[in-house]
Amino acid sequence: MLVVALLMVGIVVAMVVALAIDSMLSIRQFGFGFLTGQRWDPIKGEFGALPFVYGTVASSAIALLISVPFSLGIAIFLVEQAPHYLSRPIGFLIELLAAIPSVVYGLWGIFVLAPFLRQYVEPPLAKWFGWLPFFRGTITGIGLLTGGIILAIMVTPIISAVVRDVLTAVPGSQREAALALGATKWEMIRVVLVNGAPGIAGAIILGLGRALGETMAVTMVIGNRPEISLSLFDPSYTIASAIANEFTEATGDLYLSALVELGLILFLVTFIVNGIARVLVWNVTRKTGGVGRAA
Amino acid sequence: MADLSNADRMRRATSAVMTTLTALCTLLAVGALLIILFYIAWQGIDSLNIQFLTDTPRPVGEGGGIGNAILGSLLLLLISSAIGLPLGICVGIYLSEIGSGRFAGAVRFIVDTLTGIPSIVTGVFVYAIIVLPMKNFSAIAGGVALALIMIPIVARTTEEMLKLVPHSMREGALALGAPQWRVTLGVVIPAAASGIATGAMLAIARVSGETAPLLFTAFGSRFYPNSLDEPIASLTVQIYNYAISPYDEWHAQAWAATLVLMTLVLGINIIVRILTRKRF
Repeated sequence: MLVVALLMVGIVVAMVVALAIDSMLSIRQFGFGFLTGQRWDPIKGEFGALPFVYGTVASSAIALLISVPFSLGIAIFLVEQAPHYLSRPIGFLIELLAAIPSVVYGLWGIFVLAPFLRQYVEPPLAKWFGWLPFFRGTITGIGLLTGGIILAIMVTPIISAVVRDVLTAVPGSQREAALALGATKWEMIRVVLVNGAPGIAGAIILGLGRALGETMAVTMVIGNRPEISLSLFDPSYTIASAIANEFTEATGDLYLSALVELGLILFLVTFIVNGIARVLVWNVTRKTGGVGRAA
Repeated sequence: MADLSNADRMRRATSAVMTTLTALCTLLAVGALLIILFYIAWQGIDSLNIQFLTDTPRPVGEGGGIGNAILGSLLLLLISSAIGLPLGICVGIYLSEIGSGRFAGAVRFIVDTLTGIPSIVTGVFVYAIIVLPMKNFSAIAGGVALALIMIPIVARTTEEMLKLVPHSMREGALALGAPQWRVTLGVVIPAAASGIATGAMLAIARVSGETAPLLFTAFGSRFYPNSLDEPIASLTVQIYNYAISPYDEWHAQAWAATLVLMTLVLGINIIVRILTRKRF
């Protein structure tokens, strides 16, 4: 058994080493300039990853902006409000959202979400908020906004599931104390939220980690053009989708090496993000774990 | 009620509005799920027939099916389960029964963090260690990639299931003079067996929907598989390729293939839910 446990450590080490070795060519060639270079032109042999970094961060940010309030609302409803006979089946339905494969979200995104946004959501946004740089440009339904929304749907069940665990771990006495002092239901919920704040932060960071690395669904709706544009209507490109799209077509060692380096960056970033999230969530659910919840 | 001050009325109104909003959030999420599921069923059911389920892909206009993709997906699941389940279960046993202190904590942390590593990165890793040395895409590479995703999931659910087994059972066996390994194998694992099995099923459901790690490991194929060291088709990659193609006929096939995939994935999830309903 110890051997198998060591194997787990070995896998992580092997991942870093293998990815680092295969991206050495690109690391040597571009150094830190890889992260700041704005041009990704495989034909000329120019590889700058900034457009991908921007697309990844921007789409994840949109996803969290939409998803966090929703996830909190769902978790609060399921833990604090819904009666038992409702909270279990509804909780299960929301978990099913997390079970839908990424490629299925992508398919649905291309044929349902993108046309819907193109017709009903993006034109009004352009009309009323067109004075902002975020809502300008050609409306196609395929772009950063669609990618962000698809990601939001995908990370919502993950964040809300963890927030649920965190809220459940907040001792019932906190709720009773608040209510006994004459707090309304919502004021009581705010006390619970403050109590679980570090764990909620962990849940959000966990969702961020998932959004940063999500591949298929985003690839299918974000447009895949390595350009940095402020407009959410414009096509963009993420690190993960660049790897998915170009890996099998990469001709030449430098091209492949640059793509592997993208993979290495994604690995390191998600490893750190997930590590932080785990520590935050563990601390909350462990300390108070096992304490019963308010009836 | 009549003596409420304005401030109190505000507090009550805020409370009512906010608690309604949380219910609305939940309603929207459940609504999104139902819309997605019904849309898949509605779009997919048209192209679904026996010929579609058994035929291999054909050029546009000639029909064709996903028989090889279904078989390919099943083979990939078989390979990944053969590698991933035993390893994952062993790691889980180690974490729950054997390991303690800092090293076990570190392993648990690594396992947890591995769950969050994007599957596309796993694909790149397997490309580097298997596809490059073998010099071609293969079912084995695809299976290993899926196994790597499976291991941490299985490990954590196994650990949790084993921890549910009461300490008194371990103590009882130890008091009767059984050595540690017999307590683990003969008492603890049988007591948690059904829980471990459901964890394994969930892991299989999870990887059966994976696409990204297969793109450049299993790659894809238009034919029924011959051997495991050749590229192999899978449902998910097939759906992806058809979805981004410009042809309506292939789009329809993508929806039908999705219906098949969703039946498998949701089927496993619902079965697991029914089996475990009593325990949680």
